[in-house]
Amino acid sequence: MAAEDLPSEFDVVILGTGLAESVVAAACSRVGQRVLHVDRRSYYAANWASFTFNALLTWIQEHQAESLSEEVQDRSSLVEEGEELIYLSGSDSASISNLQVFCYISEEAEEEEEPLNTTEEEEAGAAGEDAAKEPSETESAGSKEEETGEAAEGDEQAAQEQGEEPEADQPQPSAPPSQSEPTRKKISYTQLEKEGRRFNIDLVSKLMYSRGSLVDLLIKSNVSRYAEFKNVTRILTYRHGSVEQVPCSRADVFASRQLSVVEKRKLMRFLTSCVEETEEHQAYNGRPFLEFLREQQLGDNLQHFLLHSIAMVTEDTLTEVGLASTRHFLRCLGRYGNTPFLFPVYGLGEIPQCFCRMSAVFGGIYCLRHSVSCLIVDKDSNRCKAVIDSRGQRISCSHFVVEDGFVGADRQVTTPTRLLSRAVLITDASVLPGNSEQQVSLVTVPPTDGRPAVNMVELSPSTMTCIPGTYLVHLTCQSVGSAYEDLSPVVTRMFCTAECQDQENRPAVLWCLYFNMADGSGVEPEGHDLPSNVYVCSGPDGALGHEHAIKQAESIFLKILPEEEFCPPAPNPEDIIYDGENTAPTSTGEEEGLTAAGGEGEEKQQEQQEMETSLQPEE
Amino acid sequence: MHGRVKIKTTAQQEEEKRKEREKKLKIYVAARDACFSKRNEGIWDDEALQLTQQLLSSNPDFATLWNYRREILMHLETVKDKDEVQKIYEAELSFTESCLKVNPKSYGSWHHRGWVSARLPRPDWARELTLCDRCLSLDDRNFHCWDYRRMVVKMSGVPVDQELAFTDRLIGSNFSNYSSWHYRSTLLPLLHPESPEPPSPCREPPQSSPPPSPQTHSHRVCEEQLLKEYELVQNAFFTDPNDQSAWFYYRWLLGRAEREEMISCVYVNRDEERVAVAFSRPVNAQSVGLFLILDGQPQRVEWRSVHPRFKQSPVWICNLPPGTISDITNERNLTVHWTEKHTHRDCALYTGRTESWCRDSATDQELFRSELSVEKTSVLQSELQSVKQLQELEPLNKWCLLTIILLMRALDPLGYEQEMLAHFRTLKEVDSMRSAYYSDLCSKFMIENTILKMEYAEVRVFSISDKNLTTLCHLDQLLLVTHINLSSNHLQRLPPQFAMLQCLEVLEADNNAIENLEGVYHLPKLEEVLLKNNKISTLADLQTLASCPKLKRLDLRGNPVTQTANVESELAELLPSVTDLLL
Repeated sequence: MAAEDLPSEFDVVILGTGLAESVVAAACSRVGQRVLHVDRRSYYAANWASFTFNALLTWIQEHQAESLSEEVQDRSSLVEEGEELIYLSGSDSASISNLQVFCYISEEAEEEEEPLNTTEEEEAGAAGEDAAKEPSETESAGSKEEETGEAAEGDEQAAQEQGEEPEADQPQPSAPPSQSEPTRKKISYTQLEKEGRRFNIDLVSKLMYSRGSLVDLLIKSNVSRYAEFKNVTRILTYRHGSVEQVPCSRADVFASRQLSVVEKRKLMRFLTSCVEETEEHQAYNGRPFLEFLREQQLGDNLQHFLLHSIAMVTEDTLTEVGLASTRHFLRCLGRYGNTPFLFPVYGLGEIPQCFCRMSAVFGGIYCLRHSVSCLIVDKDSNRCKAVIDSRGQRISCSHFVVEDGFVGADRQVTTPTRLLSRAVLITDASVLPGNSEQQVSLVTVPPTDGRPAVNMVELSPSTMTCIPGTYLVHLTCQSVGSAYEDLSPVVTRMFCTAECQDQENRPAVLWCLYFNMADGSGVEPEGHDLPSNVYVCSGPDGALGHEHAIKQAESIFLKILPEEEFCPPAPNPEDIIYDGENTAPTSTGEEEGLTAAGGEGEEKQQEQQEMETSLQPEE
Repeated sequence: MHGRVKIKTTAQQEEEKRKEREKKLKIYVAARDACFSKRNEGIWDDEALQLTQQLLSSNPDFATLWNYRREILMHLETVKDKDEVQKIYEAELSFTESCLKVNPKSYGSWHHRGWVSARLPRPDWARELTLCDRCLSLDDRNFHCWDYRRMVVKMSGVPVDQELAFTDRLIGSNFSNYSSWHYRSTLLPLLHPESPEPPSPCREPPQSSPPPSPQTHSHRVCEEQLLKEYELVQNAFFTDPNDQSAWFYYRWLLGRAEREEMISCVYVNRDEERVAVAFSRPVNAQSVGLFLILDGQPQRVEWRSVHPRFKQSPVWICNLPPGTISDITNERNLTVHWTEKHTHRDCALYTGRTESWCRDSATDQELFRSELSVEKTSVLQSELQSVKQLQELEPLNKWCLLTIILLMRALDPLGYEQEMLAHFRTLKEVDSMRSAYYSDLCSKFMIENTILKMEYAEVRVFSISDKNLTTLCHLDQLLLVTHINLSSNHLQRLPPQFAMLQCLEVLEADNNAIENLEGVYHLPKLEEVLLKNNKISTLADLQTLASCPKLKRLDLRGNPVTQTANVESELAELLPSVTDLLL
């Protein structure tokens, strides 16, 4: 943004461009509120963002660097009588921790099949360090990012201090990396960097339930016109050491080769019976879902599928919860395809941006790299009257919405933060090669040995999130230890990392990233020892869908504007009357008007990628 | 900074839309009139092409305009060179494509596309096939597209195996698709025809010497492939037993054989100097070239069907010229030739005999098993096992029950009789809307069983009392029966087909609901008719009995007709031959 001053008065000021904040922004603008939406970051969507490969490396670097404690500037000069200041936190760096990067491929393509830079490995080994981080150093060694590697090391040490790491000696640096597989086309690190712009790597990994609140909202509000979606084409599960397809739709059940015809019938009958709640179901209320499944005479196969992949609950979940979850799954099935899920083309980071765009179309003003440093509170009413932005401008507002990361730790009333463990892998093949190379898969990995259940999403290049010849794999679970501790056992079991050479059938990991992210599910919009017209939005939660953020946005909107409708359908471009215009505009004028309106306030990262399509499945 | 977004009110929008519509209508009407007048003047120019294109893009179902367009194109063909024609037609293809996007089920657009494709100097069938596939992926039941696709496949000679893979794909994505299953049924016999060797001998309890199979197998599929198909279709009906398409395909797989066309029986009676001939299917004997040879001498005879109602009938009769066979001391040899089918049947009337016949019995022909003609009993047996397994899981599924019945019929109709009846009872309960259909079907199967039993016993008595019969069928098989017992059933009539029982002497049909005796017609040997407790209400209903010359005994007790005034005297007048009348 140009360094001009912003208007000094808004109805709603929003700090942070995560999903909930962006939905609130769109909803408020849509009903005529004057909205200022800012983010301290240089990109949209906060922890919901998608990055190109290179942007992700920068993001990693930023988070590994010592978080600079920003000078808190004294703004008391802007305070009038009867007002007090609440300083906001300068950064949200606390929400990301335990970053670890591993690279299992060589710098250049077709190089000799030597293990990565051996000397450095030995050095590191000599340092008595976990061998697993070896590749990460190699990765940074070639570039000028020496400090990054060190930072990673620091982080890792920190992570290891927290607990035992029995699998630490699992990876064997002496083993040749995955290049031992001659049939696969090798992709070099240089190539990843060179084609890095074609990656869209999400920080969160979620899917959109076809009848979930996000999809409903996208349709209802017409925001769907700003994005395009792909079906998740199959649901897989990890069982007995191998990956199997979960038959969930009628077509899947029909085609399934693992199920006997009798199992097919039992499964179909069970699923049909789940659609409506019956007295038989109610009789199991309060008892474990697994017990209910067992008494349906379903057999191990089907129990596994139903528990872990369809209801996606744990063994001790109560029957009513398991059934509700199954029902939701089934309701979503078949709306757009053979699974209940959609995934936005170009990544999940598109979604908050779509809502920002809608807000901008309806007059919202957008500034990135621009923050709010403190709030001015009227002492009598305990309401936020105005904010002071990072440039020291006082901007009055009636409501203030803020991402939880910017609320000073002293004011947060959340109980000890829960964390999510995340891993992002770039691999060279699908975990279950099928007849099509363009599968988008959800893989459920049931809990084992006290480790939590892991949701894994494997994206093919058709989702425009990775380059041809690669797959982008996201793993997510509730943290028990660090992301590496929680997820690397799953990665080692299912993929071929540099260390294991005998697993020729498994996809090779080319590059991977582990990190922990704060779990947003515990954050409440209010009650943070903050003025009553200040609302806190949480970051991403660990659930597969988007219900939490959308519900939160709706409840915040209703508190701000209890009388207004939440995101009514946006009018068609031809129904919009432009300033000073009396006659009906020509059709081309309308289109331009919309594009201009959308583009003006925004700094879209990927303007060229936007396509306006309705929420209809591609295939 | 942005201005606030102002939105037009509904009234404004409405008004604008109305104006827009009016404007459009004006343009449309003007263009239409221009087209019509140009056509009347016989002008075939580019402008006309453009006008029709304009109109058809907004309304692709305007057949006259498509016709006009074709006239113009055919004219252009004569004046342009081949490359230009190719270009014109390619443009035409992309135009119809855009029309199909507006309405994917437009008759006009699909037809025009087919017409253009056929005339295109250098057609690109691969592209057309892709278009069809795309269209079917959007709506796998678009029959216009199926039709067009068949044409494309035919014209471009797509290999059958590719087409089979195509149906695999469609069935995989949604098996509730009759078009795909049907297409499969036409492809399989081409790709995996049944081996030409004779059917394996293990088809049934080995009988003396099985006659050449009456079944032909032109539409059959080799066994290996059949087994694969059974597996496929089982997956479908186990997944969704309520989906009919899979069950229908299954019925096709189990197969309905075609019976050989033949003369199944020749009957001759010396006293009446009469010949009756039964065919394997209804024919019109007057027009199929039927000749009767008696001791080498062609006879001039008049063939008539058993009842004037039938132009087509499986049984035909004729009278021989008086005196030709009446001498009981002579042996006579008859041959009936069916010239149209190059087949014939001989029958010898020996000295001292008053009647004689020659026939293939229902048991010889395995007549009632041919509905399901799978070769191997073991295959049927294992099919029965899996469908029974499904029935355990879905005890009330009607398709499942019906299929079990059919399989049991094919395997051992007599052995499974009790189970079959039990399944029919369940079927009538779970599918009460069709209970009458099931009753009729059950009647048919019971009659078949009774015919089999009669033939094993080698008697001419057909007895099927108290079996809940609602209808009569297979009466052509009862040509030789002398005594029939139909008592205590639910029959409402003795239909015209009943007249095929040409040898009948005694008819027992007490305790039914018979109102109508249409079929008791010209039965030359009928002596006794027992109709106690039926619903015959008028004398007119008894009229046909007068055509049976030997009728002596008639029991009408418990019928409404007995309440008629003067019934006794009226009957005596109507049926003078009856000496023993019970009222």
